[in-house]
Amino acid sequence: MDFLRPASWEEALAAKAEHPTAVPIAGGTDVMVEINFDHRRPEYLLDLNRVGDLYEWEVGEDTVRLGASVPYTRIMENLRAELPGLALASHTVASPQIRNRGGVGGNLGTASPAGDAHPALLAAGADVEVESAARGTRLVPIDAFYTGVKRNALEPDELIRAVHIKKADGPQQYSKVGTRNAMVIAVCAFGLALHPATRTVRTGIGSAAPTPVRAKAAEEFLNAALEEGGFWDNGKIVTPSVAKRFAELCSGACNPIDDVRGTASYRRHAVGVMARRTLTWTWESYRGTRRATEGAA
Amino acid sequence: MRVNFTVNGRPQEADDVWEGESLLYVLRERLGLPGSKNACEQGECGSCTVRLDGVPVCSCLVAAGQAEGREVVTVEGLADYAKQRSCGDSGSCGTTPDEAGSRQAEGTDSQTGEGGELSPVQQAFIDAGAVQCGFCTPGLLVAADEMLERNPSPSDADIREALSGNLCRCTGYEKIMDAVRLAAARQSEGV
Repeated sequence: MDFLRPASWEEALAAKAEHPTAVPIAGGTDVMVEINFDHRRPEYLLDLNRVGDLYEWEVGEDTVRLGASVPYTRIMENLRAELPGLALASHTVASPQIRNRGGVGGNLGTASPAGDAHPALLAAGADVEVESAARGTRLVPIDAFYTGVKRNALEPDELIRAVHIKKADGPQQYSKVGTRNAMVIAVCAFGLALHPATRTVRTGIGSAAPTPVRAKAAEEFLNAALEEGGFWDNGKIVTPSVAKRFAELCSGACNPIDDVRGTASYRRHAVGVMARRTLTWTWESYRGTRRATEGAA
Repeated sequence: MRVNFTVNGRPQEADDVWEGESLLYVLRERLGLPGSKNACEQGECGSCTVRLDGVPVCSCLVAAGQAEGREVVTVEGLADYAKQRSCGDSGSCGTTPDEAGSRQAEGTDSQTGEGGELSPVQQAFIDAGAVQCGFCTPGLLVAADEMLERNPSPSDADIREALSGNLCRCTGYEKIMDAVRLAAARQSEGV
């Protein structure tokens, strides 16, 4: 095994071009487990800890450009206002020790269906910035990034540099099922974001299909129901029958398996419950801010 | 490969390190610092918790090469670290550079740690009866000490969250909670 220690992003890209089989390691919270258990013996480890850019973030007009290695702890502490869904998801990651090391780039690189960040990214809307020495930068829409179980859209010579995540324009929620609050791999997880600016709702489901997925039929149903009932304007509570149908459609978007953490039917059920709850929470919050705005006006 | 880094204030050099080796392995097997414990090797148990540039991490998940040029504090160095911190705060007990340089990475006795001074959090664990088999204790001490540095008057929820990555299989969590509360109380009284 060789340990490659690039001091800059350009050196990292050059190293990845020269050794496409090199395994990038940043927080190490996935890669080192595989090495410790002898599940993986990469020819090259590509250490990204010295690439300082990867630990930075920029808050722009519409998006946050989040460096691939920004630890979850930093996201929780600094980006709760801009990225509330991802901040909530970050807080459910393992333990403080893991959150101090791991970041969204690693979640995307591993592309496990159970990665905690995925539902929040899908719900908020995001593009993954990947780069290669040969072809430069490209932005991969988050919907197109997950291509299979632990597979993603990266080419062998590419590295993940950052994620461009849409800043919240409305309430967001995140919910995760597990046996305790800490140190849990999701049995299943659900992210929901209201986008009042476009009068749309986006979802993200974790650990209930081969890849993280959106519940698109459920989103379309809810978008139409909210529009039809004038809910965005009148701020009424979402009709229970609408919430129920939304939950059913979210369950229907799952394609889960039975495994040690839970059964397929439990996952479908739990995703429905989380969908209904997160819809209620976010909608209540939307109504609250709406009332506050009207009261001020 | 060779790895150079600072452990408990003292420059260290580890040779013939395998590229896939963890920081934990280097500390325990190459530098003779067995305080950090090796259990799950997957970040679940926290018994290998050390501070890497001040940040609590699972040393089993840090590749040795990633520690190059960085500063590590292990449970063996906790007493010195806490002492230096309290001196730094009050500015009362100046350590000369000579003294700082001569601090031993191994503490007083590298194998048993006996005879060394204890940090306030270590003393609180003893006084509160928070040590049973002792295997989880080093990780808990490092995690608890870091929390008290950040948050001098933690709520019970703060303590539980800060220690949520450290498992105790003797299930002595209540005594551990007592110990951290005791350390926080003593810290605020300036004892």
